[in-house]
Parts: sequence; C-alpha cells; structure tokens
Amino acid sequence: MLEQYIPIGFMFIVAIIFGIVMSKLSEWLGPKNPNDVKLSTYESGMEPVLSARERVSVKYYMVAMLFILFDIEVVFLYPWAVNFRSLGLFGFVEMLVFTVVLMLGYIYLLKKGALKWQ
Amino acid sequence: MDLLTPHLLSIGPLLTLVAVALLVLLLESIITKSEPVSFWTSVAGLLVSIGIAVPGIAVHGSAFGGMLRTGGSANYFSIIFFICALLTIVFSRDYLKKRDSVFGEFYLLILFATVGMVLMAAAADLIIVFLGIELMSICLYVLAGFIRGSVLSNESSLKYFLLGAFATGFLLYGIALLYGSTGSTSITFLTEHFETYASSRLFLAGIGLLIVGLAFKIGAVPFHMWVPDVYQGAPTPVSGFMATGAKAAAFSIIIGLFAQRFVHGVQIGTLLAILAAASMILGNVVAIAQTNVKRMLAYSSIAHAGYMLTGLAAGNAYGRDGILFYLLAYAFMNLGAFGLISFMEQEGEKHLTFDDYAGLGTTKPFLAVLMSVFMFSLAGIPPFAGFFGKYYIFVGAVQADMTWLAIVGVLMSVVSVFYYLRLVMVMYFQDTLIGQTASYSASSAAFVVLAALILLGLGVFPSSLLAIITTLY
Amino acid sequence: MHQFVPYILLLPLIGFLVNGLFGKKIGSETAAGLIGAGVIGLAFVLAAVIVGEMAGSPAEDRKHIVTLFQWVAAGSFSVSVAYQVDQLSMLMTLVVTGVGFLIHVYSIGYMHGDPGFRRFFAYMNLFIFMMLNLVLAGNFLLMFLGWEGVGLCSFLLIGFWHDRPFDTGGYAPGTAMTTDAAKKAFIVNRIGDFGFLIAMFMIVGAFGTLNFDEVFARAPYVFEAGNATVFWITLLLFLGATGKSAQIPLFVWLPDAMAGPTPVSALIHAATMVTAGVYMIARCSILYALAPATMEIVAGVGLATALVAATIGLVQNDIKKVLAYSTVSQLGYMFLALGVGSFTGGVFHVMTHAFFKALLFLGAGSVIHAMHDEQDIQKMGGLAPVMPVTYRTFLIAALAIAGIPPLAGFFSKDEILWKAFSQGGLGYWVVGWMVAGLTAFYMFRLVSLTFGGEARWGHDKHPHESPKLMTVPLMVLAILSVVGGFIGVPESLGGSNVIERWLEPVFAPAMAKLAFVQTGHDPAEYLLMALSVLIAAGGIAGARYIYLRRASIADGIAGRFRPFYALLWNKYFIDELYDAVIVRPIAAGSDRLLWRFFDIGVIDGMVNGTAHLVRLASGSLRKLQSGNAQNYAYGFLVGIILVLGVIIFR
Repeated sequence: MLEQYIPIGFMFIVAIIFGIVMSKLSEWLGPKNPNDVKLSTYESGMEPVLSARERVSVKYYMVAMLFILFDIEVVFLYPWAVNFRSLGLFGFVEMLVFTVVLMLGYIYLLKKGALKWQ
Repeated sequence: MDLLTPHLLSIGPLLTLVAVALLVLLLESIITKSEPVSFWTSVAGLLVSIGIAVPGIAVHGSAFGGMLRTGGSANYFSIIFFICALLTIVFSRDYLKKRDSVFGEFYLLILFATVGMVLMAAAADLIIVFLGIELMSICLYVLAGFIRGSVLSNESSLKYFLLGAFATGFLLYGIALLYGSTGSTSITFLTEHFETYASSRLFLAGIGLLIVGLAFKIGAVPFHMWVPDVYQGAPTPVSGFMATGAKAAAFSIIIGLFAQRFVHGVQIGTLLAILAAASMILGNVVAIAQTNVKRMLAYSSIAHAGYMLTGLAAGNAYGRDGILFYLLAYAFMNLGAFGLISFMEQEGEKHLTFDDYAGLGTTKPFLAVLMSVFMFSLAGIPPFAGFFGKYYIFVGAVQADMTWLAIVGVLMSVVSVFYYLRLVMVMYFQDTLIGQTASYSASSAAFVVLAALILLGLGVFPSSLLAIITTLY
Repeated sequence: MHQFVPYILLLPLIGFLVNGLFGKKIGSETAAGLIGAGVIGLAFVLAAVIVGEMAGSPAEDRKHIVTLFQWVAAGSFSVSVAYQVDQLSMLMTLVVTGVGFLIHVYSIGYMHGDPGFRRFFAYMNLFIFMMLNLVLAGNFLLMFLGWEGVGLCSFLLIGFWHDRPFDTGGYAPGTAMTTDAAKKAFIVNRIGDFGFLIAMFMIVGAFGTLNFDEVFARAPYVFEAGNATVFWITLLLFLGATGKSAQIPLFVWLPDAMAGPTPVSALIHAATMVTAGVYMIARCSILYALAPATMEIVAGVGLATALVAATIGLVQNDIKKVLAYSTVSQLGYMFLALGVGSFTGGVFHVMTHAFFKALLFLGAGSVIHAMHDEQDIQKMGGLAPVMPVTYRTFLIAALAIAGIPPLAGFFSKDEILWKAFSQGGLGYWVVGWMVAGLTAFYMFRLVSLTFGGEARWGHDKHPHESPKLMTVPLMVLAILSVVGGFIGVPESLGGSNVIERWLEPVFAPAMAKLAFVQTGHDPAEYLLMALSVLIAAGGIAGARYIYLRRASIADGIAGRFRPFYALLWNKYFIDELYDAVIVRPIAAGSDRLLWRFFDIGVIDGMVNGTAHLVRLASGSLRKLQSGNAQNYAYGFLVGIILVLGVIIFR
C-alpha cells in the first residue's frame, strides 16, 4: 500500500536536493560585491525609516484574513464551473447555497465596517 | 432533487439551527440596536430546533453518502446541545449586561458552536468530526475571551486557544494515522473492522492520538491542566457551556467510536479505565482545596469526566446508557450551578469565593434552595437525577468485572460530598459577612427553576428517559 | 387495608411540604406544630389499623407488596417504587410513627418561641418520611433513598442551631460549631453509604435484581453458605450499618449529634436513623445466615462497641453525652443479638430501646429546658422535688435501661443475653453481662447527680416543671417503657413471646439455614436471668452509694486511676486518632500532595525537567520555557507518551 507513495517521497527528496543545490550554486557562482546600499533593507524602493521589528496594525491581518477567506471561495468555484453541465440543477443549487452563506458573511463584514480602514 | 430531499429532511435540526444562526448574522448586520432581536430570535430558534429534533429520535438513518448519521443518538445529543445553548444564552444576557459587553455576536457564536457540536454528534466520518470540532472550538476560543476588558478572560481565551490548537493537531494526526493504516476515515468502517486492524501498531497509535485529542476536550487527566484556568477566566455562563455542551459533544464521538458496537481492544478498555480513575481521583481531591467556586466546579467537571469515562471503560449497555443519561442530567445541574454563580458574581471576578455565599440561605432563600438542589445532584444524592447517572455507570463497571473502578468511583463521590456540601453549609449555616447582591431577570430565574424541577423529575421517573435512551443505538 | 400503605408515607411528606413551603404564611405557631405532629399521628393511626388487619388474617396472608410505579428500567433490570408490608416493616413503622409522634408533640412545647419553629417541623417531617421509606421499601434502591435521606435530614437537624458553638470535648476546642457536628455526621455516614452502594452493585451482579422478594428467595440457591461473594456483600452492608447505627469504627458521629435540639437527639437516637442499620441486617437475615464469618464479625463489633461506649459513658458529665454513649452501647447489644442469630432479639431491643431512650432524651431535654440550657450534671442535683414528673419518668426509663424486671428493658436484654450464651458462647455472655452492670451504674450516676443530693446550681436559676405539652409525652413513654416488654415475655417465664411468634415468618428462612439446636427449657436460663438482675441491682446500688452518700469515693477512684480516667474522659482519643490519621492527611493531601505536589510539583516538575533536558539539547527551545500554558503543553506531551505507551505496548 505504501508503495503508492514512493513517487511522492521521491519528489520530496528531489525537491529538497534541488533547493539546496540551487541556493548553494548561486552562492558559489554569483559575484559578491556588497556595499551599504545593497545590504540595507528593501522596502518597495522607500527609505527604511524604522526597525523591521514593528507591531503591525491589526487591520492588516483583518484584510489579509478576509482576502484568504474569499480567495478560497474561488478555489471551490473553479472545479464547479468546469463540471457545471454534468452537475446540472443540483450543482447549481448547491453552489447557490454556498455563495449565499458567504454573501451573508460579506454583508455582515461590510455593515460592521471590517473593511473600513479608519 | 428527489435524491436530496430525504437527506435535507433528516438533518432538519441541523439545518434549522444553521438557518437561525445565519438569520441572526443578518439581523446583526442590518438592524441597529439588534441585541434584543438577536436574543429572542436565538431563543426561539433553539426552541424550534428542539421541537424538530424530538420526533426524529425514533428514526435511524444516514445521509450524504454515509457522512452523517441522522435520528437516534444524533438527535438525542442535538437536544442536549440545544438545551445547553438555550440555558447559556438566557443566563449570559444578565451577565453580559452587568459588564457592558452585551453584543448580539455572543448569541451568534453560541449558535455556531452548537452547529459544530451537532455536526460532531452526527458525524459518521472522521473528517466531519474534525470539521465539527474546529467549528465548535473556534467559537469557544472567542467566547472565553468575550469580556475584553478582563485580563483573566483574555488569559483564559489565549490559553484555551493555544492548548486547543495543540490538541487538535494530535487529533488530526491520529485521523491521518488511521487513514494511513486502514485507507478509510469512515467511523462505521473503523468500528466494523476494528478486530482486523487491532494488531497494527499504526492503527492503535492513531486511535490513541484520537483519544488524546478528545480527552483534552472533555478535560480528562492528564489533559486537564487547562480546565481550571480557562473555566475560571471565561465568562461564567460560557464556562458552564464548555463544561456541558463541549464535553457532551466530545463524548458523542467517543461513544460513536467505542460504545456503539462495544468494540474495545483490551488496551483501550484499560486506557479508558486509567484515564477515568485518574480523573475521578485528581478532580475530586483537588476540588477540596479550592476556595473559588468556579475553580471548584472546574475540578468537579474533571471528576465528572472521570465518572463518564468509567461507563465507557465498562463497554456495555449499562455504562453507555448511563453516560447518555448522565450527560443530560449533567447539562441541567452544571449549567444551573454556573447560572446561579453568574447571578451572584460581581464585576471584576468578585463574589466568587465560598465565603461570599455565607448566609445566602437567609438573605436569598430562593437562590440558596436552587443551589442546594444542584449541589446535591452533582454529589449524586438521590432522588436527584445525578444519582441515577452515577448508579448506571457504576453498575456497568461492576458488570464488566471492573469492580475496582466502581469502588474508586463511589469512594471518590463520597469525597465529592465534602466540597459540594461545604457550599450548602456555608449558605445555610454561616452568617452573612457582607451584603450579597444578586441580579437576574425573570426569564433566567424561570429557566433555573425549570432545570431544578427537571433534575427532580428525572430522579423520580428516570425510566421515562431511559426507555428512550435504550433505543438510541 | 394494606393498599393504603403509601398514605403512611404521604402524610409526613404533606406535612413537610406545607410547613416547608408555606411556613411563613402560617401565622400561628400552634397551627404549624399541629400540622407537623398531626400528620405523624395520622400516619401512626393508619399504620395501627393496617397492623390490626394483619393480625386478624392468617400468617401467610400478612405479606403484601404495594407497587406505585416503575422507577428505573434498563433491559431486564427494573426497580419499582414499591413498599413491602410485612410483620417486620410494619412493626418498625409503628415504632417510627408512634415514638415520632410523641417527640413531635413534645417539640411543640420545647421549640416554643424559636425563630426556626416551622423549619424545624418541616425537617422533622421529612426525617420521618425518609425513615418510613427506609423501613417500608420493597427493594434495596428505595431503601437506599431513605438511607441517604435520613442522613441528609440528620445533617439539617443537627446543624439546626447553626450559630451556636459546640463543645466537642476533644478536637477543635473552642472553635467548633454545631455545623461541624452536622458535617461530621453526614460525612461519616457517607463512608458507610459507600459500603451500602458497593454491596448493592454486587447484589445486582449476582441476582440481576434489587427486589427483596427475589433476592432473598433466590439467595439460598445462588450461594453456598460461606461463599466469598455473599461474605463481601454482607460485610459491605454491615459497613453501611456501622455508619448509620454508630458502631465501631464509625460511631464517632453519634455523640456529636447531640449538638442539635434535644427532640432531634431523641428522634435520631430512639426511633429513627440509628435503628436503620439493625433493621437492614434483620431484613437481610437470610444473606447473613449464608455468611457465618460476617455474623461473627457483627457479633464481635457489637460486643466491642457495647463495652467501649459503656466505659466512656461512665465518666462523661454532659447529660446528653452520657445518653449518647448509652445509645451507642445499646446498639452494640442489638448487633450482638443479630450476630449470634437472634434477629428477633435485635428487633425487640430496637423497640423497647426506642421507648426508654426517647423518654430519657426528652426527660433530659426537660431538665435542660428548666436549667436554662445547662447540660453539665455536675452543676445540677436536687431536681427531684422541683420536677416531679420529669424525675419519675426519667427514673422509670433508667430502671428500664438497667434491665430491672418487669420493665421493658429487662425482657429484651435478657433475650439477647440468653441467645448470646446459648447460640454464641460463654465469652459473649460474660462481656454482655458486664456491660449490663456498667449500664446500670452510669445511668444511676446520671440520675443521682441530676435529681438527687444537694442542689449545685446557682441562685440565678429557677428550675420548674415543664409544661403539659412536654410532660404528657413523657408519661406516655413511661407507660410504654413499663409495659412494652410484655409482648416478649419468654416462654420460660410463662409468657407466650408474642413478638417472636409475630416475626417468625420473616426470619424463618434464615433460622432454617442457621439451624440452632432448640434446647427447650434450660435451667441455666433462670440462673443467667438472676445473675443479670443481680449485676444491674449492684450497679444501681453502687452508683447511688457513691454519688449520693460518698462523692469523695468517685474523686478518689478517678485520682488513683488517673491515666485510665483520662483515657475514658477523652473517649479513647478516637476522634483525635481519626483526625490525625484520616482527616488531616486527606486535607493536607488534597492541598499539598495532589494539588501543590502532583499538579504543580510533579507534572510541572516533570515538565520543567523535560524542558531542562530539551534546553540542554537545543538552546533554541528556550523561548518556550517562559509561562504556564507552555508547561501545560508539556504536561500534555507526557500524557500522550503515557497513552501511547499503554495502548501500543500493553
């Protein structure tokens, strides 16, 4: 039974080796001319003003969390869309229920101001 | 469509509850000052759900390709959860008002936690079990920290979350190992083929980790360490909800796994017996040393998990029916006790020690009588329902040749009398030191009285309930 | 008529509900008292009518089971709320309701003016209700309900005056309250209940039922005599009996139970509660007949208790405490009787003892009432002329308990001593005989110090005879103490031993199993009778001489045997022993061992130790070692290792 997993294990090993080899290779082959600018923290081209160990506003998490939540919705929608014809009315109603539930959550978020930045 | 209709009907209670929860969610978002509306919608919704669940007890079936069990035990447990949720919601309103934390989201979270519990009880597949546990736990993590201004409440929430996540990890690992060794996550498949795999260590390790995860949820020793801290810090009605609803939900899975067909390896019987004995001993003996009533009840809930595990270790119909009886009785007596504590408790975790109950018998005879009823029932003194639960469980243990476990249990329930009675003594036989205040609404009072009456009713006519319980599996 | 038996139980329950729920609405104290006493009186009348009907019907027609409803059912196992009407249960019902009624009437006078008057009657009625459940039950479970119930009521009643301090005469000097005595009674009783419960589980295991009928009918076929299971069942039941009936090792609660109001003591000591253990063993006579080893233990424990309690009673100075130890001692007699196979003798003594012990306690209450709550007999004396009715009735009771013919105590005690000799052995008789002498001595020490001699009370006290409401019950009980024994006059004295004939069918299976040789008339019986009267008379005379004429002798003896006196005065230090060996270690164990040591010390320690190892192994895990939740998680890990260890490697 476990032999089914051999290819997966093989892929793991290859991936690990590949990762290590690649990073070591670039380290070994790449030219190294460090200067102050190159060693400084890169922040979207802006001058870094504070330490990176800063408390991030909880709003960032909020937005990130909601993004993931609704993002995953799409993951479910995609296979459904592919099989839409074969699933027929049953599939349609099923997905309708699913999106309505999410919609209710969305209305709640909107009304409670979870997406307002202030 | 025709394929779907019977499935939808058979999970009626679950669907009703989800619909109510979504309705409350919608109300919360579109109505300003929504709290009273949400409150009454939740109460009405739970009552309707109970009404839908009751007739379904007589039906047995499964739905959604064997992912859910319907009727029978699933409905029985659902009713327990609905009752727990109902009492919690009613009691918490007064409690939250006192602390200016009365938000409709509280009811919403309780409802969603209840949905999780119902999923657990109905689960016929470990994936659904996991889904239910997560839904329930996440709601409970938030509920434990609902009093945002209180440090203890925050601490409680965080501790519960960290350890809960830890436990869930092991549970999931256990499910993975079971899948790895059998190629299935279906509970029916696992129970039917238990003997086939019982020699496989991978399988046993999976079962073991599954037990670990569930033992955490019921607060059995040695996975009990979170219980006192979390119960003490959480809002009092929520502690009651965790002790009754969440515990019953975890038991519904354990019963489904081990007591539905009584498939026990010797090892699992022994393991459950050890956990049971350790929980009874530690919970009861340590409860004696407590001065805080909530903490005392927390340790007592560890002990009660031990009594119920005893019935499971017995692995026969007496033990199983005993647990089912006990869970319902326990829901009433424990939530009643936590409810009364929440009436008495003052802002900032005050009025929670034994001394604060001194002389309650003269100053607030109504509350004192009710509290005594709950304490006597918890101590297992007839004619209250608590006695019969214990009675069946211990008879089951003796029948299963685990007399030693029954002796430990009875001995420990003698010990438990000491601290339950201490509260009664303090209430009736000590003079008031300071003026007690208790605030509660008429509806809360009505539900506490109802709970006490049901305990007495179940104690005098236990057969009426037992007749139903014996048909569940 | 027997179908009306549930009403005997219903009446006290109604009384309890009326006084308990509407007590405050009932304006007058008299009305509340009349309700409380009236329901018990009616119950007595009903019981008497039923007994009358039973007496008129043939012996095989006297047993009935009245089933109210099915209580518990699971599979083939079911228990009903069913009451068993037979010769034994109805005799006990008569005693409980009859003596209980007199105590209730007395209480109307005694509790007059007490702020908790209605609550008192409510509790007393509940007490009787529970006791009736115990004696009339048709199965072990219902009996257990009553068993627990009387424990609960005694808890409520002993702690009735909860704001009063209580001199335990030993532990916790100066700080103990009556509530401590109440708690002690309940918890000691719970230890006994533990035995009862386990025995009940074993009976379900062996017979699959808890109904008396079926268990007792099948017992001789299920068990060989001397079988280990039946030995354990009977021994555990006996453990329950030692709790309720105050035998060694669980007798410590009873002397403290006098912390409650005096009528409560009378009720607990005479008619209810303590007789429960004797009744239960008599009820299970067939099981005991199958376990000869347990019978010997019962007899031995009874005898030892009788002797220990009687010696303690010799030196106590609290009027109620002397009576309390005398109860313990007399209960020892009853267990001796049961142990040697004289179930009739045990039950007979329960009945006569109920009469004179109730009388003694109520008389003592009358004295305490008159002396304004003074209980020390050293501060009494010379009360006989002041309280003539109390004195005379008390004297009759003292003569009865001492075993002077033809009072009630003589016949029952004689029955026990004779059976102890003929069915037990000479040793049993000798000790029992000595206890009879001690009993006579300490009772008349009590009578002499309280009523005789010079008055030793101050001028601030004005003792007076109690009101009619209190003295009439005393007189009724005095009459019963005189004539109560006549239903058990042995054949050797020309009597017909009515009680033995009456109870014969109940104990017939057990007696058949025990198969004692019937000796017929034995001249030895007359000799023993004479000897026991002699020692009783000797005890009385000795006590009167010492305490009325030569008080110095008592001090002299006490001085010469100081260590022995101290031992008795401190009740063999048994309370202290239990406190040191059981109570404190448990309390300390809970606090220090299990909580501090185990939960915090071992688990956290193990956890910290593991953490230490981990830290040594890998410095990067150090950050995890900073708070409690982490420790819990480590504890969790230890648990997982244990679980997997048990499950995989077993």
